Amino acid sequence: MNRDAAAPALELRGIDKRFGPVHANRAVSFSAARGSIHGIIGENGAGKSTLMNIVYGLHRADAGEIRVQGRTVAISSPQDAIAAGIGMVHQHFLLVENFTVLENIVLGAEGGRRLADGLGAARTGLEQLARDYGLEVPLDAIVSELPVGLQQRVEILKALYRGADILILDEPTAVLTPQEADQLFKMLERLRSQGKTVLLVTHKLREIMAVTDRVTVMRQGAIVGAVATRDTSPRELAEKMVGRAVLLNVERGPAKPGATLLTVRDLEVRDRLGVARVKGVSFTLQAGEIVGIAGVAGNGQSELLEALAGIRAPSRGEIELGGRHLVREGLDARARRRLGLAHVPEDRLRMGVVAGFSAQDNAILGYHDLPAYQHGLLLDRAAVLAGCEKKMSAYDVRPPNPALRIASFSGGNQQKLVLAREIDSDPRVLLIGQPTRGVDIGAIEFIHRQLVALRDAGKALLLVSVELEEILGLADRILVMSAGEIVGEIASADATEKKVGLMMAGVKGEGHA
Amino acid sequence: MSTSAKLPRWAELFLLPAINLLVALLLAGVVIKAMGESPWAALKLMTGGAFGSQESIGYTLYYATNFIFTGLAVAVAYHAGLFNIGAEGQAYIGGLGVGLVCLWLGAWPFWLVLPLAILAGAVFGAAWAFIPAWLQARRGSHIVITTIMFNFIAAAVMTWLLVNVLIKPGQQSPESREFAPNAFMPALHELLAKVGITFTSTPLNLAFVLALLAAVLVWLLVWRTRWGYAMRVAGLNPAAAVYAGIHPPRVTIWAMLLSGALAGSLGLNELMGSQHRILLDFPGGAGFVGIAVALMGRNHPLGIFLAAVLFGALTQGGSQLSFDMPRINRDMVVVIQGLVILSCGALENIFRSPLAALLAKFSQRKDEA
Repeated sequence: MNRDAAAPALELRGIDKRFGPVHANRAVSFSAARGSIHGIIGENGAGKSTLMNIVYGLHRADAGEIRVQGRTVAISSPQDAIAAGIGMVHQHFLLVENFTVLENIVLGAEGGRRLADGLGAARTGLEQLARDYGLEVPLDAIVSELPVGLQQRVEILKALYRGADILILDEPTAVLTPQEADQLFKMLERLRSQGKTVLLVTHKLREIMAVTDRVTVMRQGAIVGAVATRDTSPRELAEKMVGRAVLLNVERGPAKPGATLLTVRDLEVRDRLGVARVKGVSFTLQAGEIVGIAGVAGNGQSELLEALAGIRAPSRGEIELGGRHLVREGLDARARRRLGLAHVPEDRLRMGVVAGFSAQDNAILGYHDLPAYQHGLLLDRAAVLAGCEKKMSAYDVRPPNPALRIASFSGGNQQKLVLAREIDSDPRVLLIGQPTRGVDIGAIEFIHRQLVALRDAGKALLLVSVELEEILGLADRILVMSAGEIVGEIASADATEKKVGLMMAGVKGEGHA
Repeated sequence: MSTSAKLPRWAELFLLPAINLLVALLLAGVVIKAMGESPWAALKLMTGGAFGSQESIGYTLYYATNFIFTGLAVAVAYHAGLFNIGAEGQAYIGGLGVGLVCLWLGAWPFWLVLPLAILAGAVFGAAWAFIPAWLQARRGSHIVITTIMFNFIAAAVMTWLLVNVLIKPGQQSPESREFAPNAFMPALHELLAKVGITFTSTPLNLAFVLALLAAVLVWLLVWRTRWGYAMRVAGLNPAAAVYAGIHPPRVTIWAMLLSGALAGSLGLNELMGSQHRILLDFPGGAGFVGIAVALMGRNHPLGIFLAAVLFGALTQGGSQLSFDMPRINRDMVVVIQGLVILSCGALENIFRSPLAALLAKFSQRKDEA
């Protein structure tokens, strides 16, 4: 390709995209210079992913122009994007888990009549690449046996092997420990110094500040700011993203722990294949405290939460709530709810709501057989409606329309309704998984305040989150999980991101419980 | 973005089915033209044959009654996330229950026979649906496969029973003796005559009213009770059901029992109302038509009623057509029905996205104006 040295590596002009009535991208224009790391930040639904999918050929823009190294290119498929030197690392890796690293990288670009020829040539090329960029990966290892950080490295190598000069990374740190994230950033800096262009799509302000040269802020499909990173601050970026001033940290007084409400003893949970995902976990939960469970995604937190809520049967151990033995008595999710154990699930769309239902039907999920909602044999639709209206106004759910399908609400408003539903049942213990996943900054602030208020009202809260900042900001006590075990406990006053991060990586110690 | 485009409710319920029907008729018209007949004349013959006289309306609604029962059966299972292909077999075995009550207790007064026949049809149909339901809930055997298989088993069992056990002594054709007159479902023209309305004699009978009643009850159950709520949660999102303390395997079993009971009620119309005996293959494919009816009726009782009347009209108008246009035989009528099923079922998503885009464009223009 004939390159214009002065031209930006990637330039978008007036990209416009509608999905039916939704205007996902509104005349978006920006450019990223060669040899730079360019951050793209915005709330969920701001149009970041749509924009990146257009650049990578997964969607087609209705209008606008994509220029690579100063030349207009027509991109209508990922093949076109790869040919133009654009590579993308998706949030969920697209790897064949039981193939080797080498086979995965070569997949789709095998070359040669026989597979062995292509693999041999690829091996030489990859060893060179890996040396140049400091991206060493064991080429013959099976992908599923690699840690997540290395799997991500395989994805990056895959893009580079196909000749990418522009690399798009979509929320790359979601599955990494803070230390792994720092390694990733070092790797990106190395790529930058070799003249590659990196587009980093994220909603984490910390990452933008740590590694990018310039940052573009998106809101409601349009660009609302483009600045050099050194000239801005997290607060300013957050305000641009939301469109108003926000509080990044919730103020809270010291906890006043009371009586023990929930006791977990030697809990073991196995998955369907019989592999232990939670290995003999014990802890207690007191009234008036928030206990945070920190850990990299996939270290048993989800299984622990589901076992506590009665969704998954533990293979060993006991859970005590208000003098009842939940495991021995075989109490299911419904019975536990009646004992005052409410649960905001981690994956809202998979479990917390029924996407095809209206808001009012979702507002009774799990509580649909309460006498308050019955009218003889029939459901009392008026009571259901009134209950939903009450929850919507108390939790500021917008739009306040109980008949609207839940899927039409933003993530933050869905979460507010789920939270309202669970808190409204006046629980003694609230289990909360990823309270702000897919939730916009404005709603995060609201949700955090509600959780602190609940604590101050004498409830016990168990908070599971992969956002370390969230745990540090909310929890009074932090339990760190790694490989299915609680590897340490730390009071929030003593906790720092570094200390907790080390424990997350499986290094025991630091005031072990 | 989701893959299936969202349509406004009115378009989803009425416009889209109407477009699908229109396309089916156009395709059928092409086929009829190719056979050398006039599509227009054929359409007139069919609509006249289905709705042109009291007699034709009576027959259309009589066929529709079967389709309402089987359509509701498929829809109830659908709301629990199950695809019940076995309505045919459940109707067949359910009819056995209805028939046995009528054969054994036919001498009892009708108002005693009727509730017992309803109960027997429901219990036999539900029992036939229970086995696949149990296999699905406890063993994970896929219900589509098992219910199809159970259609064949039902057919074999019924053939054996009719040939060896129930056959009227001293005759060749495999059917039972006629029910006692007390066990006949009153024909609608007889009931109407009692209140002074004259209506031509047709097989349309009280079972039609029972079918409408069943439709209302299904609507109440699915959308207005906590059981229906639990069923729909389990059908739409099993993980959310478990989260809410609903047990999807239990829902599977209850929904299939209800589905089988509804399908089993077909015998009330076909045997008690018209044939007055148990005979070979009396459901005549109504169980399969029920799938198309539920699909076209969007699994809603009102839609199912309308779709059942449409398919009743196709059945009745179709026989008129094959009678008056010798070049078009019964098989051709089945082809036309097949085209309707094809365009309403398999092809419905072809028109969905363009229609959604078109409507979005219109509403956008309205917003901008």
